[in-house]
Amino acid sequence: MAPRGFHGAHRDQQVKGKFFMNDYLVQANGLKKYFGNVHAVDGVDLNIKSGEIYGLVGSDGAGKTTTIRLLVGALRPDQGDITICGYDLHKQVELARSTIGYLSQRFSMYEDLTVLENIRFFAEIRGLSSTEWLPRSMEILEFVGLDKFIDRRAGQLSGGMKQKLGLASALVTRPRLLLLDEPTTGVDPVTRQDFWQLVIKLVSQPIAHNTENAKRNTQQEGVSVIISTPYMDEASRCHRIGFMKAGKIITEGTPSNLRAQLAGRILELRGTPLQILRHTAHADKDVEDVAAFGDKLHVRVRADKAELIMKRLPEEIRSAGGVLTELRAIPSTLEDVFIALSESDHD
Amino acid sequence: MTEPVITVENLTRRFGDFVAVDHINFEVNAGEVIGYLGPNGSGKTTTIRMLLGLLEPTEGRATVLGFDAFRQTEEVRKRVGYMSQKFAIYDDLTVRENLTFYGGVYGITDKARIQHTVELVGLKGHESTLTKSLSTGWRQRLSLGIALVHEPKLLFLDEPTSGVDPTARRAFWDLIYELAAGGVTILVTTHYMDEAEYCERVGVMRDGKLLAMDTPTNLKKSIIKGDVWEVYAHPLEHGVDILSGLQGVDRVGLAGDHLRVISSGVQKEAMQKLLNREKIQVDKIERGEPTLEDVFLALAR
Repeated sequence: MAPRGFHGAHRDQQVKGKFFMNDYLVQANGLKKYFGNVHAVDGVDLNIKSGEIYGLVGSDGAGKTTTIRLLVGALRPDQGDITICGYDLHKQVELARSTIGYLSQRFSMYEDLTVLENIRFFAEIRGLSSTEWLPRSMEILEFVGLDKFIDRRAGQLSGGMKQKLGLASALVTRPRLLLLDEPTTGVDPVTRQDFWQLVIKLVSQPIAHNTENAKRNTQQEGVSVIISTPYMDEASRCHRIGFMKAGKIITEGTPSNLRAQLAGRILELRGTPLQILRHTAHADKDVEDVAAFGDKLHVRVRADKAELIMKRLPEEIRSAGGVLTELRAIPSTLEDVFIALSESDHD
Repeated sequence: MTEPVITVENLTRRFGDFVAVDHINFEVNAGEVIGYLGPNGSGKTTTIRMLLGLLEPTEGRATVLGFDAFRQTEEVRKRVGYMSQKFAIYDDLTVRENLTFYGGVYGITDKARIQHTVELVGLKGHESTLTKSLSTGWRQRLSLGIALVHEPKLLFLDEPTSGVDPTARRAFWDLIYELAAGGVTILVTTHYMDEAEYCERVGVMRDGKLLAMDTPTNLKKSIIKGDVWEVYAHPLEHGVDILSGLQGVDRVGLAGDHLRVISSGVQKEAMQKLLNREKIQVDKIERGEPTLEDVFLALAR
C-alpha cells in the first residue's frame, strides 16, 4: 500500500514520487465530468501546495462535491488528469489513494463499537497491519483529544466527539491530502472552532511520527487539506478559496484578496422604517444590491461610487419619509463577495 | 401597546438532577425576528418544546399569543407554525401534494389557500415537481410553506438554512422579512452564526441559561469590549501561545493564514514588540470586525 519497496517496473514512479516535493501536492488539469447533459465539472484546474488549506465554495450544484469525489477517485473524470503526491490517480490508483484521507458530510461509524474498535476497523480496511494500527491510532486519538475515551461506545459520544472520531478515522492512514466534504454541517460553534483548530494544527505541524513510522518516512512531510463548504465563516479560515459556479472555478485567491475585490463598495445603513431605507437604496442607479440583516442593511455599490452615494442617500431617504441613523462604509465580507460572484455573468 | 407574543417568566425545566432550562426570562413582540442561539444541549429545544406546550415547565410559565402554553395547548397549536430540518416531507409527493396533505392536518381544504402558500414561498411553476428532485434551498422553501399553510401568527424555525449557500440563504431570509412585515412573529433556533446575523435580536443560551438577548450590534459592542486584531505572522502556531499570555488578550484563534486576537484592550505595538522578541516575523496587523461567533465564544468559555 505505502510507497515503499517498489522496484523495477515501478522505479520511474518511485522517482517521480520523490521529487514532487518541489512541486504541488495536488495537481488537477482540465477536469470534466458530465452527467448526461449536466456539466457538473467543466474544466477545473487545481494546484495545491503542501501545507495549504484550500476551500471550495459555491452554490448548491456548482460542482463542489463532484470535484471532491473526482479527487478521492470515487468518480472517474470524462476528461483531464489528477496527480496526488506525484502519483497519477488513474494509472497508480493504489499509490495515489494511499495518500488520501476523506471525511464526508455523513461519515459512518459503528455506534455499537467503541472508539478504539471503530478506528481499528477503519485502519484494517485500509490495510494497516496489527502491529501498526494500535500505536498509530493512539497517536491520532491523542491528537484529536479522544485518547481518554477509547473504550466508550461511539453511540454514546456527543456530536462533537463523533466528528472528531470521523476525523481520526480519516487520519489513521496518515494521509498527505485530507479531503473534507462539508464537514461541519450540523455542528455547534464551539465544536466547529475546535475542529478547525485541529485542521489548522494538522497542516502547520503534522502529527509527530513515532520511531517505527519515522523509519518509513525519512522526510518531514507536509499535509494539505481541501474542504468544500457553503459557510463563509468557514471559508474565511482557508489559505486559499476557489469559487465554483456551473462546474468551473471562476475566481481563486486568499480570503483577503477576494475581499479586496469589493473594497470600499459595501455600505451599512441603519434607521427606520427599514422598508423605506431599503426601497430608496434599491432605487439608486449606482446601487447593485441591498440585503437586510436584522436591524441593518448592507448595500453594495458600483465601483468608485461610494462617496457620491453617501452624499446623496441621506437626502433621498429623508424625502421618502425615512430616518437614517447611521451610514458608513464597512469592510466587505466573504458573503458579500460570494453574492456578487453568484450574480455575475462569467460565461 | 399590544401585549407581547411570547412572555417567558422564570421558565425552568428539570430532568431529574439535570437543569435543562434554568430560570429564563424574555419577551417577544409582534413582528419581531428573534434568534435563539446555542450549542446542542444548551436548552434551546427544551425551551421550544415548552413554548409549544409539549413539555410542562418545572417552574415558571410561558405565555404564547395570550394563552398559557401548557394549559391552553390547543389554542396555541392552532396559531403557531413550526419548521424543522428533521421534519418529514414526503419525497414521493409533489410540492402541491405535500402542502395539501399538511393543510389537511389543520383542516384546510381550500385550494386557493394552498396555491397562495405556493406563491408566497416562491414555488409557483413547481407545484407538480416531485419533492425529491428539489434542491436543498427549494426544499427549505417547501418546509416553510408547510409551516405556513394554516397562516400562523407565530413561526418557529429550527436551523432553517442549514447547509445552504449565501445566495439561497439570502433569498430565504427575504421571505422571512416579508412575513415579519406582515405581522408574523418569528423565532429562529440555530447554532449557525450566519443565520443569527439575520435576526433583529439574538438570545444566547448556554447550559440552560439565557446569557444575553439583544441586537447583534449591541451584543458585539457589549460583549467584545476591546479591539479585534488580525495578525499575519509566521510561524503562526507559535504565535497563539505567545499572544495568549499577553495582558489584555482574551482569546487567540487560528484562522487559516492569520491569527484572530480578541482583546479587552491591547495595542498593535505591544503585540508587534512581543512577537518580534520571540523571533516571529510579523507581516502585518490589521483591525478586524467582531463577529457573533466572537460573542458566542466569549460568552461560552
